[in-house]
Amino acid sequence: MTEQMTGAQALVRALEQVGVDTVFGIPGGAILPAYDPLYDSVKVRHVLVRHEQGAGHAAQGYAQATGKVGVCMATSGPGATNLVTPIADAYMDSVPMVAITGQVASGAIGTDAFQEADISGITMPITKHNFLITNADDIARTIAEAFHIASTGRPGPVLVDISKDALQATTTFPSWPPAMQLPGYRPVTRPHSKQIREAAKLIAEAKRPVLYVGGGVHKARASAELREFAELTGIPVVTTLMARGVFPDSHPQHMGMPGMHGSVSAVGALQKSDLIVGLGVRFDDRVTGELSSFAPFAKVVHADIDPAEISKNRHADVPIVGDCKEVITELIAAVRAEDRKGDYAEWWTLLNGYKATYPLGYDEFEDGSLAPQHVMERLGAIVGPDALYTAGVGQHQMWAAQFIGYENPGTFINSGGAGTMGFAVPAAMGAKMGRPDAVVWAIDGDGCFQMTNQELATCALEGVPIKVAVINNGNLGMVRQWQTLFYNERYSNTDLQTVRRIPDFVKLAEAYGCVGLRCERPEDVDATIKKAMEINDVPVVIDFVVHQDAMVWPMVAAGTSNDDIKFARDMAPVWDSEE
Amino acid sequence: MSRHTLSVLVENKPGVLARVAALFSRRGFNIDSLAVGPTEHADISRMTIVVNVEDLPLEQVTKQLNKLINVLKIVELDPAQSVLRELMLIKVRADAETRSNVLELVNLFRARCVDVASDAVTIEVTGTPDKLEAFVKLLEPFGIKELVQSGMVAIGRGARSITDRSLRALDRTA
Repeated sequence: MTEQMTGAQALVRALEQVGVDTVFGIPGGAILPAYDPLYDSVKVRHVLVRHEQGAGHAAQGYAQATGKVGVCMATSGPGATNLVTPIADAYMDSVPMVAITGQVASGAIGTDAFQEADISGITMPITKHNFLITNADDIARTIAEAFHIASTGRPGPVLVDISKDALQATTTFPSWPPAMQLPGYRPVTRPHSKQIREAAKLIAEAKRPVLYVGGGVHKARASAELREFAELTGIPVVTTLMARGVFPDSHPQHMGMPGMHGSVSAVGALQKSDLIVGLGVRFDDRVTGELSSFAPFAKVVHADIDPAEISKNRHADVPIVGDCKEVITELIAAVRAEDRKGDYAEWWTLLNGYKATYPLGYDEFEDGSLAPQHVMERLGAIVGPDALYTAGVGQHQMWAAQFIGYENPGTFINSGGAGTMGFAVPAAMGAKMGRPDAVVWAIDGDGCFQMTNQELATCALEGVPIKVAVINNGNLGMVRQWQTLFYNERYSNTDLQTVRRIPDFVKLAEAYGCVGLRCERPEDVDATIKKAMEINDVPVVIDFVVHQDAMVWPMVAAGTSNDDIKFARDMAPVWDSEE
Repeated sequence: MSRHTLSVLVENKPGVLARVAALFSRRGFNIDSLAVGPTEHADISRMTIVVNVEDLPLEQVTKQLNKLINVLKIVELDPAQSVLRELMLIKVRADAETRSNVLELVNLFRARCVDVASDAVTIEVTGTPDKLEAFVKLLEPFGIKELVQSGMVAIGRGARSITDRSLRALDRTA
């Protein structure tokens, strides 16, 4: 059955056909034709945001909370370029997202027309793929292709740029699903059985193995398989920033988060291991520290859906290309088939020693001011592990990763690879719209919050009651921490002075139609969080005014070896005391 | 560092060359030479890319190229099992006195003289990079006025074709 319609109508129909229910965006000249049929759609809800960056991060939050493709929409030129940051963010963290942008009419492309920007050229290095459509007949098929590319293989952002005349022209809507024309796109999901057997052999022979688990395990929805595999083998597990909650924090085999601000037990487990089984990870510099001294005794089994990640940073002795769900399922079978079982008793003695000697900790302040870590601990305890947490980037993000207990996959949504400040509020909005029944907390810093808090207006008007915990230390805290440690306490341009109430976050919240609360003393933390939990009709913002000198520990200084981790200032762990 | 010759089959679509070139630049790989043109199949273009990298970066180049949606297939050609050719056009000073010497070299290198003026000739020559280099060296004493050269194109020896299977993939989606 075919039907005549405009390109814009075909676009909206195609979005409905691929199952889109929510689009975040802002209209403008070139995309205007698409907004007219969107007005009529009963299946697609368009959320009018206040800045395109908010649309992009909201789409990311939606995608990460639901597992579906997030969608954002913007007009040509500045509308499109405002999406660049979230697109780059989604690319770094492999978030399935489709960005739809209007483009000037095809005849005007290349003439420096009003609001013209070569967004497909601009986003070439930060998208999994992008399209420029100038013919209405290509719109429906391209939308199908874009969603297929974004959501399969290693997920990622896809941009579809559509010229205004293509949106206005008449076309025939194809029978659905249309035949996709992607002869060069064949993601491998099924692992090679020989490599799986080889991995099982190494696991049986290892004395000090560790499972290094990343975001790919969550994207493959493989946390149940991971748990079975970990319990079957008895191997310790570390979960990266992108994998918090994929393996329960409370599980005795969980060693914590590795990396620059990882726990001593997790960093130690990697450094001292003789076998790393990397699952859905990319050996990022924030995890490995100085690459040449990373896990020097370890053989490496590296499983990832993207072949280009394998042996990119660290040579893999056993490379496995495949979807982590299939990989782990087959690893379970292969380990069962091995009649030998690894003996890791000595290894566990060492690791449990690290865990007992160097737990995560922090100092309270004698003047009675608030320690940000205490806020995180209480949030985690009161709100619980069924909520979704988003974070911006910086100290508050690391404290949120460290001090909230994550028990469920996908419950910590943050900007890992790109490190985009301002991610938390719009991502929380998107997450809450994708999962309206979940409690969603945005944990933000006062620096981050001032980059994207305009989306509180969107939340208030659209009925999206997120909760925001602003960890307000009056500074760009993480940068200040580096200035404390590496720049002789010369605090160049990190003092935001928000403790002087400019802006006043409580009044700001109220101005946006939200409830604003403030908490400045440790004894008020629980009551304030509980009060926020009771408000479910409007968004709530809590201004937690915390001490500016709190620092994130442990820390592996940039460019140094993981072996030189400090669990507090000038305090290095003794690695071999238990041996 | 060593030179590697990659034959890359790509969809014949706008922007594909830009994607490939941008990828090389973004990932910090150097291109020695790049040639692109149509193939026996209208929907497929073929790039011949010569890169100067270690083996490990080469693996990254290939894997990253493979991730481009428009890239259909990548084959590294073994120089010993392939025909490698570059095309060069050279304008050389040649008057009545020196012209016959120049033309002698043209014959020896199986090159062709494609334009003659009173004080210069333009020569077309194809061959391996080594041959062209040797030819240029011998012409230099006469005075090279202008020189233009193509990227290298290459094809494997024997009956096998690298396009067959890609064509089938393309037919399936059509």
